[in-house]
Amino acid sequence: MLAVDNINVFYGAIHALKGVSLDVKEGEIVTLIGANGAGKSTILKTLSGLLKPTSGSIQFLGDTIHGRPAQQIVKRGLCHCPEGRRVFANMSVEENLELGAYLRKDKEVKSDLEKVYVKFPRLKERQKQLSGTLSGGEQQMLAMGRALMARPKLLLLDEPSMGLAPLLVKEIFSIIKEINESGTTVLLVEQNANMALSIAHRAYVIETGKIVLAGDAKELADSDEIKKAYLGG
Amino acid sequence: MFEYIVQQLINGISIGSIYALIALGYTMVYGIIKLINFAHGDVFMVGAFVGYFAAKAGLGLFWSLILAMAVCAILGVLIERLAYRPLRGAARIVILITAIGVSFLLENLGIYALGPQAKGFPEIVTKTQYTLFGDVTINSVQIIVLAVTVILMVLLQYVVHKTKMGKAMRAVSYDMEAARLMGINVDTTISFTFAIGSALAGAAGVVFAVMYPSVDPLMGIIPGLKAFVAAVLGGIGIIPGALVGGLVLGIVETGVSSAGFSLWRDGAAFAILILILIFKPSGLFGKNVREKV
Repeated sequence: MLAVDNINVFYGAIHALKGVSLDVKEGEIVTLIGANGAGKSTILKTLSGLLKPTSGSIQFLGDTIHGRPAQQIVKRGLCHCPEGRRVFANMSVEENLELGAYLRKDKEVKSDLEKVYVKFPRLKERQKQLSGTLSGGEQQMLAMGRALMARPKLLLLDEPSMGLAPLLVKEIFSIIKEINESGTTVLLVEQNANMALSIAHRAYVIETGKIVLAGDAKELADSDEIKKAYLGG
Repeated sequence: MFEYIVQQLINGISIGSIYALIALGYTMVYGIIKLINFAHGDVFMVGAFVGYFAAKAGLGLFWSLILAMAVCAILGVLIERLAYRPLRGAARIVILITAIGVSFLLENLGIYALGPQAKGFPEIVTKTQYTLFGDVTINSVQIIVLAVTVILMVLLQYVVHKTKMGKAMRAVSYDMEAARLMGINVDTTISFTFAIGSALAGAAGVVFAVMYPSVDPLMGIIPGLKAFVAAVLGGIGIIPGALVGGLVLGIVETGVSSAGFSLWRDGAAFAILILILIFKPSGLFGKNVREKV
């Protein structure tokens, strides 16, 4: 579904991604784990068109997407739910969700809105409220609901558990699993490697802009190396 | 005394609503790309000239307004495409200086093409006085200015809050990157913002020329600067702020003139700018926000 081949990305003079290659197959949850500043978010931003790689290629559903403007990538079904939620705080919950469906012209937007409200009943309660007044967990749900409104084929999630209480983290992860089971492929970036590995099929470990390990999520969760470096034991 | 005050309020509101129309363009453009578009007053001047030629050609007020708004919308989009877009991502001061350059360009092109002398604006609205009560009067031009302002404000509210493009504008002005992730075409949205802001300035140019019936290539400077003061007074980037800022400024100015200090009228406007920048730089409607790094 997604094939990233040997991409290099620079922030000015800083070489942020050094020849990263990875792939995601339809129906999977793939997670990228790694320390702060390793380049996880940079990978997602490059996939969604916010950053342009200087070399390498990105194929999505058979199309070359690197170098294309973000709106064309969203249109193809690759949606990025960014780090820090980035909800439009000056707009209501419902307006945020409608913006998620910005490029859609079909008639099912309304029924999808209802589906999002079924998945996140708390958003329904706060429908007309300014999204800036929501709690962190609710904002995360809104950001995910907003991304779902675009009917993504591949959903990129950047640190969905950041800053949330443990109970909420559990809830968010079970929702991610549900989203995946209903047919959406997920590429998940997480610092909470434990949780991420527990729901993912496969994982990549990234260090200072390079993929250093890749494999089955269960096997990686059991490997001593990973336990020591990322799982706190 | 009461009647005198009401009369001055009416006068102040009519000039203030013209400032408000121009200030909206400043504030919308600032809201979306954080640029004080100093060429905006000159777009207002171009609008007045389009109205002048339209009126000379025999068009009535309505069509002169529509034509001026259309021409200014296109001009605004062109200015953004040619002068500001290539500098997207450059330091803000660079774009600001460019805006001043565009302003001089429009003024001097105007002088070159149309001559520096002021031209009398044809009388397309018959001026009649209506007595409201006692000695308080309102004339037909003031009524038209108010009507045009109210209609355009209602339209603008509708566009910004109810249409898809308006939602995109608000999204881009809040968080450009997140807006991109929604699939919003940021460049188109910015062009659209310039088109709307410039069309409002064009309309303001025509009603200004109807009110003070003369046009010249430098006529945009002072109203442009005052509208900038109005936008800052209301809180730059905030649409209702521009409206209130414009009205307050118009009323203060008329108040200062009518108290016998008409030479200080322009001074009062800029004194307001200085005071607001010292005591509440975010404006009447603004919240203090930390600069995003």
